[in-house]
Order: sequence, then structure tokens, then C-alpha cells
Amino acid sequence: MALIRPESLSEALAALNGAPIPLIAGGTDFYPARQGRPLPADALDLTGIADLQGIAHDGAGWRIGAATTWTQIAHADLPPAFDGLRAAAREVGSIQIQNAGTIAGNLCNASPAADGVPPLLTLDAVVECASATGLRRIALSDFILGPRRTALGPAEIVTALLIPDASETARATFVKLGSRRYLVISIAMVAAVVSTGSDGRIEGARIAVGACSPVARRLPGVEAALLGRPLSDGLNEVEITADMLSPLSPIGDVRAPAAYRLEAAAELIRRALRGIAEDRHG
Amino acid sequence: MGSIDFTLNGAPARAEASPIERLSRVLREACGARDVKVGCDAGDCGACTVLVDGDPVCACLTAAGQAAGRRVETQSGLVSGDPLAGRLAKEFLAHGAAQCGICTPGMMVAATALLRATPRPDEAQVMDALGGVLCRCTGYRKIIEAVVAAGQPEASPEAASGAVGTSLPRLDGAAKVEGRETFGDDIAPPGTLELRVIRAPHARAGFTFGDLDAFVADTPGIVAVLTARDVPGQNSFGVIPGFQDQPVFAESEARFRGDAVAAVIANPEAMAVFDAASFPIRWEERAPVQTPEAARAEGAPLLHVDRPGNVMTGGRVQRGDAEAALARADVVVEGHFRSGFVEHAYIEPEAGLAVPREGRVEVHACTQAPVMDQEGLARVLDLPMERVRIIPTAVGGGFGSKLDLSVQPFIALAALKLGQPVRVTYSRAESMASTTKRHPSDIRLRIGATRDGRISGFDFDGTFDTGAYASWGPTVANRVPVHASGPYRIADYRAISAGIYTNNPPAGAFRGFGVPQSAIAQEVLFDELAERLGLDPLEFRLRNALDNGTPTVCGQVFSQGVGIGACLGALKPAWERERAACAVFNATASGVRRGVGLAAGWYGCGNTSLPNPSTIRAGVRADGRIALHQGAMDIGQGANTVIAQIFAEALGVPVACLDLIGPDTDLTPDAGKTSASRQTFVTGNAARLSGLALRAEILRQANAGADARLSFGAGAIEVRDGAGLHRIDLGALEPDARGYVLSAEESYDPPTLPLDNNGQGHPYAQFGYAAHLVVVEVDTALGLVRPLRFTAAHDVGRAINPLLVEGQVHGGIAQGLGMALMEEYIPGRTENLHDYLIPTIGDVPPIETLIIEEPDAHGPFGAKGLGEHVLIPTAPAILNAIRHATGARLRQVPATPDRVLAAIREANR
Repeated sequence: MALIRPESLSEALAALNGAPIPLIAGGTDFYPARQGRPLPADALDLTGIADLQGIAHDGAGWRIGAATTWTQIAHADLPPAFDGLRAAAREVGSIQIQNAGTIAGNLCNASPAADGVPPLLTLDAVVECASATGLRRIALSDFILGPRRTALGPAEIVTALLIPDASETARATFVKLGSRRYLVISIAMVAAVVSTGSDGRIEGARIAVGACSPVARRLPGVEAALLGRPLSDGLNEVEITADMLSPLSPIGDVRAPAAYRLEAAAELIRRALRGIAEDRHG
Repeated sequence: MGSIDFTLNGAPARAEASPIERLSRVLREACGARDVKVGCDAGDCGACTVLVDGDPVCACLTAAGQAAGRRVETQSGLVSGDPLAGRLAKEFLAHGAAQCGICTPGMMVAATALLRATPRPDEAQVMDALGGVLCRCTGYRKIIEAVVAAGQPEASPEAASGAVGTSLPRLDGAAKVEGRETFGDDIAPPGTLELRVIRAPHARAGFTFGDLDAFVADTPGIVAVLTARDVPGQNSFGVIPGFQDQPVFAESEARFRGDAVAAVIANPEAMAVFDAASFPIRWEERAPVQTPEAARAEGAPLLHVDRPGNVMTGGRVQRGDAEAALARADVVVEGHFRSGFVEHAYIEPEAGLAVPREGRVEVHACTQAPVMDQEGLARVLDLPMERVRIIPTAVGGGFGSKLDLSVQPFIALAALKLGQPVRVTYSRAESMASTTKRHPSDIRLRIGATRDGRISGFDFDGTFDTGAYASWGPTVANRVPVHASGPYRIADYRAISAGIYTNNPPAGAFRGFGVPQSAIAQEVLFDELAERLGLDPLEFRLRNALDNGTPTVCGQVFSQGVGIGACLGALKPAWERERAACAVFNATASGVRRGVGLAAGWYGCGNTSLPNPSTIRAGVRADGRIALHQGAMDIGQGANTVIAQIFAEALGVPVACLDLIGPDTDLTPDAGKTSASRQTFVTGNAARLSGLALRAEILRQANAGADARLSFGAGAIEVRDGAGLHRIDLGALEPDARGYVLSAEESYDPPTLPLDNNGQGHPYAQFGYAAHLVVVEVDTALGLVRPLRFTAAHDVGRAINPLLVEGQVHGGIAQGLGMALMEEYIPGRTENLHDYLIPTIGDVPPIETLIIEEPDAHGPFGAKGLGEHVLIPTAPAILNAIRHATGARLRQVPATPDRVLAAIREANR
């Protein structure tokens, strides 16, 4: 039995080159998935790799290391466009989970209810993956393929999330609906990033909904309907039609029936937008 | 395996363990840090919270190897090494923030991290910091108070004297707040053989074993497999005579998902790699019946051949003529109410250790009923009772489910077969799948009233899904008709109940035995009746409330002690204030509506018309110490403290003179089960009688008067009365076989009378009474309900310990809130604590407890039971508040957001 704890990416990739080996970082999905079953004989721990740590800005945008924890994100000094991501960070499980769970782990676990995905979709995040042959970049929307399925290859490691700079006027939020206050898996959640022009009208809007489809989805119909409207009072006028919600395909489960989820998603979108408008003018 | 070096509580530590093993297990098994509790192995409960380099994490989600080179801190280390945590421990004790104590390590570790970063946290900060730790006992409010207090200047605490009526901190509390308490999984030494139960993956299935001998021979480290063939006695257990229908191991057909068919025993290394899927068994899935309707249908397969129609049993109470009264009523309301399985969700999964010793077997396990365990095991093992010794561990929450045998037969059989100690701990999923639940209910109720606001006719028909085995189903079936009236005077009454077998988990005892379910139907319809009559809901209840001298629906007339009027009356100021405030709020609110609801409840303390004696023994040693043999299981509610207070008061000494002994079936006489809200009342009376008997013997020896004052010193008792000072030299007295120079042993059994065919009689010697008021806020677009505050009035006769009374009230309300708003167990789908939701620290609002003391002539110092009363009114009060806020009529719990939203729409149609 071995827990391989490389300190560099190249060591980690070398370890991955042989037989398949499970990856572990925060462990917050690794262990629950193995309850009541024997643990694997070997695992590759990614938390000691310096290259996967840290939040930094370079010319093109922000780079968030794959093994950055939710607590680090919640406390990071980031522009307002990240407010939704930071809010989501505080809603992931509990403080114990936020101290261990990592941003890339949340994506690789590919839960339909992953708290990190909607805000990252609204930030146009790109997933950077490394393999022995080099780096590749995949749009987040192409990275998660379905529940528990991603585009990550067996010999690949997610190294970072790359987030292009948003407009300086961008404001963001995240709202989550669950049946209790803490430690709750969402019934539905919404992330929004909205930017405005000098005339106060919306010139960019990105809205994503989680827990209402196999993979969290952006809603281009809602986004388009918002463009050109004044942020202050235009948001209440946007009628969210069934067509705009058509990317969503919620299921009924122990948390809520499908129809309720869809309705809740529409309501959460309205609240998210109101929240941004009030924050902007409040 | 490998060596992992780290710092544990400030000292270097080296663990020989697999680095992929969960840190929680390595800390517990390789480092002896048993103060790290394991509740779920999934990060859902937070009990295993430790600090790694100062940050709280779940040790069950941390690879042991990841701790290498880092600083790990646990509750015991923090309390002894960090003054902040030491202070926190004091506040936890003083505020009653630890009840059973199983979540206390996680709570205190998370709180210590908060206090280090935020020395004076406010309530919101405490909730955010502790949101990741679940508690099922306290309702969280005392925990919040304790953490906030730990950040404030230390108040000079006024020590409670311990006299009856004082808030003595729990006597067994220090171990809980210092990380020394030992629960079911904390007893076995590392290396002990481990047992795993093989359970049915289907609701109903036949099965065939492969070659079990070859499986044992071919699998290194597996030492034995047990099946039904290995049961020397009766392969059946249960808690009610005539209903002992649950096999230790199913013989030909598994009757529910989770039914046990075999057990594997292995050394820890082999168990760590044992995959239950490799066990040689072939399942043959069969069509199950999973609702009472399906089970009662013509031709449905029988769960038990001797129970035609799958009817377990039923109950009935009839008085007057309900039909005629309903016919002459001016107003009749009716409803069809449903509820699902509710899981006890104590944070401690069932666990224990069995040790064979000198021809006997000792079972150390968490339990609510040691002597019933002893009886049940003797039957299964085919041993005389005296060859089975039950030494209960601390119990990390019970709420009814730990009244039944769970782990005990498996480990006892294994230990006797192998001649070695054997331990077991259920996984969270196994605990949830295999142990008892609250009965799902399907209730049809009609209630009439005349224009003057008096009840005129009450017709109740309740069907309860008792699952695959009877467990406490018969108790539910006969308690419900007795209690379904609520604490009201109803002359014309009919209530029938039926318990139906299905291929579902066995439904058993859960705080209230079916009464919380029936109270929902009755109290919700009472609000509708009041509305139809144009009466204030509180006034309507007061008009119909039982009083001294009025007969219950069983025809029992209490000449004293009926406290429901006082409870309802106590709510009046809050009722008027909150209703007015609510109207003001709603006049301007948008998107949310507030409502105020109330509900009442009652509960008979002790067994229903059946004997349930308790016995308490006490002895004085030659050194002047008093040993109290206290066999009433303290599952967090406080029996260890309350029974001691009552005994000390009766004897006339401070509690500090007592040494508590037990529970242990070798050392403590039978104090019955911790159930039916009976310990304070029944065992309390035994303690009072025992204290009085010992006192009488002392006074006799000293030839002193009845009002003499006793003073126990080293080797002597000083007895002071009007005639002067008498001294009993204890060294001069002959010690008995137990080493006592003076002793007493007394029993108490509540006076009851049997119920006749119409349920008429004297089922209980006393009832306790309760009324809750709640203010809720409903998000009308999402259907989300948020209780804002509770006022709870409880008639406890006499509060032996007001702090513990409040603890029960808070905890009961939290469970009632969960039942009302979020909890529903669905077999196979919610076998974990993230799909099955219980309230977190952010879900329980402030609670004001109003203690009503309407003394009961039978209760010790007037005290009544309380343990179950505390959640009975909660759910209906919440439903009534939702209706007041929005008009929504909920007929099913939990009132999840989607159901509430649908009901709001229906009301607005």
C-alpha cells in the first residue's frame, strides 16, 4: 500500500504513466465514494505539488491552481466578478469540507450538483490538463461530460483553472436553494455575472444553473434577453420563458420533483439578478 | 503499511498504518485517540473533526499519509493544552451543551478553531463555524450559547447545590467535554477481531450460500462465518412477548433490504480489505410488498405465516358514540394525513464488543435497555440470564432505536463460538438500513364541534407500516388510540389503529411511539375547526382542554396533576404578541409571509397498562461514601444526574456524597428501559424510595427524629436533630457481601389498570402535557419555510433539573422541526446523512422554554416524564403556522419546499 506524494508535476505524471491509479486531493469525494468498500492499495496524492497551488494573475487572466481549496478561494483577493465563485466556496459542504476540498476535485467529481461549476461557467473558465505529452486547455463546458464523467484522460491531471479577465464593471452572485442551512446538496443553484456599459445598460450577462441538468448549464436565452436593458430596473421586466430554460432537464429525486426544480431555477435567476442590481445601486 | 510521523496534540507521534487509510481510523486505532468519533465516514456529520495545522477538517476524509509532518489536534489534546478549549469545556458543561456527547468532540474542535481566529464570536459566526457538525440531542441552541460565552469574560459561576429543582450540570459531563467518554466503538482494544454482517440488498429475496467453509479456509485472516445454523437458542428476538419475530439471521428469505443473513469475522487487516461482494451467496430477488395497501391486498405474500393479511396487531379506544356526535355537530372537518419513515439519526452508529469470560459472555454496547438485552441474548444464546452480562457503554443518542437488539447477538455469538473478544461497528449506511425507524402513518380523521366550540365526535383511523418485523409496533398500535384525542375532553370518541407488515425496515420506537404522527392530524384539524367556528385557535383549545376531574378518552379521571390548561395559558402572552407582530409584518412584506401556529400534546409516562418496575440500590461503605447503583440508561437525557439528585434529596445529603455505579447487569438492579418517558418518573421514584429507606435506617440506628440532618464524613455519619448530635461509627458496623455497612434497595411500579376491549381503563399513572408556539416565515415563491422562534410550555410536574428540562425541550423541538420540514427515510435511497437531512445548527431558531409545574401525586417530588412530550406538538405547530402565514393546508410531512409551494397554490386557487 502506498500513498504516492509527488512534489512536482513531472513526478506525478510519471507515476500516472504506469497502471491506472486513483487520484486524491482533498479526499472529500474520494472517501465517501468508497464507503463500506476496501480502500485502493495505492493512490496518488496531488496536494504536495507546488505547481497545483496558488491563485495568480498574469497578462491574460487569472490562474487558480487545481489543488486550491475552497477556503483559499473564499478568502482570496479577487475582483468582483469572482463574488459568485467566492460565495459558492462558502456554500460547499461545511468549513471542514472547504478546508480540504479543491476546486479541480469539484469539477473532476462531476456531480450535477457541484457548487463550483455554475460560477465557473459564468466566468468562462478553461480547464488546463497536463499529461506526459504536454498541456491542453478545454473549456469547462466541454470538460464535464455527464454525471461522474469528464474529458480527463487516464494519464492526465488537471493543473489549473484559467479565467479570462472580465469587464471591470462585472458583478457576480451565487444563490443556492436547499432544504436546510448548512451541509446541503442543492435543489437548484444559480450563478450570474453581469457587466454594464457606461450608460448603465447590460452589455454582458452570463447565467448558469446547477442541479437542474446532468451538467450545470449556461442559459443563452436569458443572457440574450438581458442585453441592452438597464441594470437598475430592467431585470424585473425580463420574463423567463420555458424556451429560455430549455437547456435544463431536471430530474425528480429525494430532494425535489423535476417541475419544482425548474420553477425554482427561474425564481433563483430573478433573485440573482435582483441581488446584482441592488448590490450595484445599494 | 508504513510509518506516518506527525505531531499529535503537541507530541511526536508515529502511526504504523496504511497511508491511504482514513486519518480518523488511524488516530483511533493506531494512536489511541478515541476522542475522534466516527459518525458517517463521509464528511456529513463532522463528529471526527480534528485540526490539521490549525484548520478543522474531517479526519474521515483525510488520508493518514497526508498528515505526515503536520500538526494534528483533537478534543482531548485541545482541552488539556489550550486554555481556550479548556474554557470552552467549562462552558459546554455549564450550558448543557453536551447531552449524549458523541458530537461534542467535533463541536468543540470546530469551536476552538473559531475562538482562536475570532476571540469573541457572535451567534452568526458560531453557526457558520459549527455548521459542519451535526447534533441530534441538543437542538444546538445550548451549543451556540456555550461558544459565545467562551468568548466573553468569565462569569463567576454560582455552583448549583444539586438539590431537586436546581440546574446541576450533568454529573457524567466532564468525560464528555474532555474527550474521555467511551461509546460503543471505544471499548475494544486495537487488534480485536472484527465482525461484518452480510445483509440483503433487496427488499425481499431468497438466498443460497456457496461453500462457506471453503470461503473461510481460502480467505486469509477470515476466521469464521456465522449463519442461522450457529444460533444455539431461538433464532428470533423482539421486545414484546408474542411478537419476537425478527431472526438474528434470516433462514430462507430476507424480508427487507438490510436483513441479516450471515456474519463474517476477521482480523482487522483482513477486514480492511474484505469486500462484502466477494461473500459466497446467491440472491433470488422476489416481488416485495412495500406499502400497507399492497400488503393487505388479496393474495399478497405473507411476511409471517402466522399473521394473516399481514396484520401485526391493532388497537382501539371507544367511548360514547362518535358517529352520533358527528351527526349532530354543527361543523365537521376531516383530513387524510400521511407521514413517511423517520430515521433516528443519532450520530453514534451501533457498536459494541463481546468478551467471553469464564463461561459467560460480556457485552459492552450502546443500548437503552440493558436488562432487555440480557433477556433477549439469553434466549438467542440458549444461556441462563446470569451467564450474560451487559455492561452498557455511553450511548451516542438513542431516541428509541437502541431499545432493540442490534449488534449484540452477532458479537455475542461470535465471541462464544471463537472464545475470543469480537467487536463490530455499523457503518452509517448499515445503521440506517438495518435498524428501526419511526412508523410511516396513514391517518383518516373526522372531528366535529358544536357552535359553542365544544368537540362533538372524533373518529380516527390510523394505519402504520410496521415493516418486516414487529419491534415496538404493538406499542405504537395501542398507544396511538389512547393518545390520538390529544389532551382534550372528548366524550364521543373512536380511534382504531392497525400495524401492517411490509418488506420495509422494521419500524419501532421513536420518541413518541406514533403519537407525533397522530398529533399532526388532530392538531391541524383543530385549527381548521376553530377557523370554521370563528374561534381563536388558542381559545378553542382551552375550551376543550382536559382538566382535573374530567375523563380522558379512556375514561380515566385524574383528580390532580392535569397541566394542559396551564401550558396553553402560559402561551397566551406570546400568542397575542406574535399574532399582532405577524399582522404588522405581513402588511408590508413582499415575497415572504409570516405565520404563528400552536399545538398541544400529552403523553402517558411508563408502559401502557403493563408493569414496568424500576429498582434502585444504594449502600454506605465504611469510609462514609454512598454508592448509588443507578441502572437507568443515560442516553444523553440526564438520568445519571436526575436520579442522583432525587436520591440525594430523599436521603438528605448533597449529590457530591454519591458515587454512581453502573449501569451493569452484574452491579445494578433492573431500572427498566429508557423509554416511554419513564426514567425520571419510575426510576426516580425507586431512587426516592431507596433514599428514604436508607434515611430511615440511619435515623433508626441513631434513634433520631424524622427531620434530622445527616452529614456523611470519613468513617462516620453525623445525625443532628433537636435532641442533639448522634454519631454512627461506620467502622463498627458489619459490612454485607457487597461491602456496605448500610444499604437499601427499593422498587417502584406505576399504578395502572388494564384497558378493556374498548380501551377503557387506567393506562398510565400520570401524563405530562405540552404546548408549543412557533413563528415561521414562508418564502412564497419557493415554498421554503424558516421557523423564526419557538415558545414551548411543558408541564413537568416538578423540574428536578431545569437545565436538563430545557435540553430535552430544545432537542425535541429540533427533531420535531426535522420531521415537519425535511426528514423522510426512503429505503435504498437515503441511507446516508446527505440525502437524509436532519436540522443543522443554522436551522433551529431561538427557543423560549416555559416550565410549568403542576405537581403529580405519583411523581417523585411531583415530577412527570418529559422525553417524548418535547417533540409531539412541534410538527403540527409548524404546519399550523404555515397555514396561518399562507393558507396552505399541508396533509403530509415533511413539508418540503415543493409540497409547501404546491399547497400555497392550491390555497390560492
